[in-house]
Amino acid sequence: MSITFLLAQPFAQHALLAAALVAVSCGLIGPLVVTRGMSFAVHGTAELAFTGAAAGLVIADNPVAGALAGSLVVAALIATLGARPRERDSAIGAILAFGMGIGVLLLGFYQGFATAATNILFGNIFGVSGTQLLILVAIGVVVVAVMATWYRPLLFASVDPEAAEARGVPVRRLGLMFLLVLALTVTGAAQVVGTLLVLSLAITPAAAAQRLSASPLAVAALSVVFAVAAADGGLLASFGASNVKASVFITSISFAIYLAARLAGPRLRDRRQRSREERRVQSQARAYARCAPESAGTEMSRSDGPAGQLDKHVPSGLGWPGVLAGRSRDLSPAGRERLGLPP
Amino acid sequence: MTGNGGAAVALRGATLRYGRHVIWDNLDLDIAPGECLAVLGPNGAGKTTLLKVLLGLLPLSAGAVTIDGRPPRRGSPAAGYVPQQRDFDRDLPIRGRDLVQFGVDGHRRGLPFTRARQVDAAIEAVGARDYADAPVGLLSGGQQQRLRIAQALAGRPRLLLCDEPLLSLDPSSQHSVTALLNAYHREHGTTVVFVTHEITPVAGFVDRVLYVAGGHWAAGTPDAVMTTHRLSALYGTHIDVIRVHGRIVVVGGDDPEGHHHLPEDTPPGSQERR
Repeated sequence: MSITFLLAQPFAQHALLAAALVAVSCGLIGPLVVTRGMSFAVHGTAELAFTGAAAGLVIADNPVAGALAGSLVVAALIATLGARPRERDSAIGAILAFGMGIGVLLLGFYQGFATAATNILFGNIFGVSGTQLLILVAIGVVVVAVMATWYRPLLFASVDPEAAEARGVPVRRLGLMFLLVLALTVTGAAQVVGTLLVLSLAITPAAAAQRLSASPLAVAALSVVFAVAAADGGLLASFGASNVKASVFITSISFAIYLAARLAGPRLRDRRQRSREERRVQSQARAYARCAPESAGTEMSRSDGPAGQLDKHVPSGLGWPGVLAGRSRDLSPAGRERLGLPP
Repeated sequence: MTGNGGAAVALRGATLRYGRHVIWDNLDLDIAPGECLAVLGPNGAGKTTLLKVLLGLLPLSAGAVTIDGRPPRRGSPAAGYVPQQRDFDRDLPIRGRDLVQFGVDGHRRGLPFTRARQVDAAIEAVGARDYADAPVGLLSGGQQQRLRIAQALAGRPRLLLCDEPLLSLDPSSQHSVTALLNAYHREHGTTVVFVTHEITPVAGFVDRVLYVAGGHWAAGTPDAVMTTHRLSALYGTHIDVIRVHGRIVVVGGDDPEGHHHLPEDTPPGSQERR
């Protein structure tokens, strides 16, 4: 079967669409997961999606519905038992171990095909029915909508909870909401890559993106792009090699992107640091030139030392109203004094 | 003293208890608009708790508190908050600019990261333009603290609440951060409440001191409160307040956690209790 033939099939198109949506949600929550230090929560909810799916299989022969219902239970359990950050990981560990035990028990009752179990663990997007695909699409849409609305306060709460709380961000409620969104996303991702490999879509792309930029918007965008590239790239690759599971390709692509980012990251960072330094030196040179036109002082500004010195630089007394009125470039008396110039 | 008389912050019989443990009792205090008040005392004396009350995050057990004549409201733009100095993680994917931006719209829903003009102004006001685009985790403690201050100022508060903004900064950063707050305070008549465990770095610019210890409190000018007599009465045990080369050192004010903070360059011998 050629790839072009496969691509014309509705099942393949649906799979690609579902994988892309799952990847977009994963790519969006990823940076927040990494910032909040919740990688283990992702792993925990993913593994427990196995228990939910097993329950779904046994009760209604519907692993996706089971996994979804299970994920909500798991989110509620983590929220109640692991409310404080310090105890969260140990609580997740305890829930995870018990939950997996239940999953094994449930699977023992299941009389259907054995592949159903491996599909839960390692994913098989092609084994998902039309209605289940629709559910995945709905989850994707909900997650993207929630993220678009709450990303900023969520990020604020993740970066600096105290300041966020003081500014009126409902830190606790947002934390619960994020846990819920995370559980839904992870369950969706588990259908594509399997519960054991969810981290390759929910963590790896975000971790790679963080190596390349410190801008939250760029990190979110890169993370989404990487996740989609891994998910759909992996699916396409699996069309070409039908005896290898898509998740193998997905995890490999994801990891390759991560490695590349780790290699490229430090270089990018150094280059940015250098250009910031250059801009700083230039802007100081301009300031010197403005207050002392007769001695355009580029050599003065060059002696101003490396990055480590930045903080030595005393507030120049550039005033707030001055700044607002656009007079920020004028040097204040204090600034002139600092430069050794007459007031 | 009834009514607020136009006070920026008014506390009347303010009491805070956790169970049977009294944090502070019957606190009466007016902070005038444009006044700068330092809140001092040992660890666990309820300094941060006072800020939380003013931020509307914690209700009083008894008494009343008003800010500009109204009870404090969570997330009110009238109050800016500089949290305790604590270094950001090295790999945090946030630039200085983003941190300041949170002060403008971090609490708002909607599509993220619209660029606000106040952000640039706030960055400029704290002299952080040169490193505003660097990842915050790579900046020094002093630089991070300036950005936190810029975040608090970006909302143009009338009341600035600072919780140990100088903690773990080296003396030169302490000096520059204090100078920055002082300059802003003078220029804009912002009311400042400054929680600190050490009076020396801020002694030059605070108008009054509120000293809390063991549920009791004393308020007045630094010279009136920071005396052997006043603090001994407050702690109920002998305390020495020593002035050396313009530094004010409190000796013997042991805190519940068993260690007392002294200025960094104080010889360790002077920490002994009398």
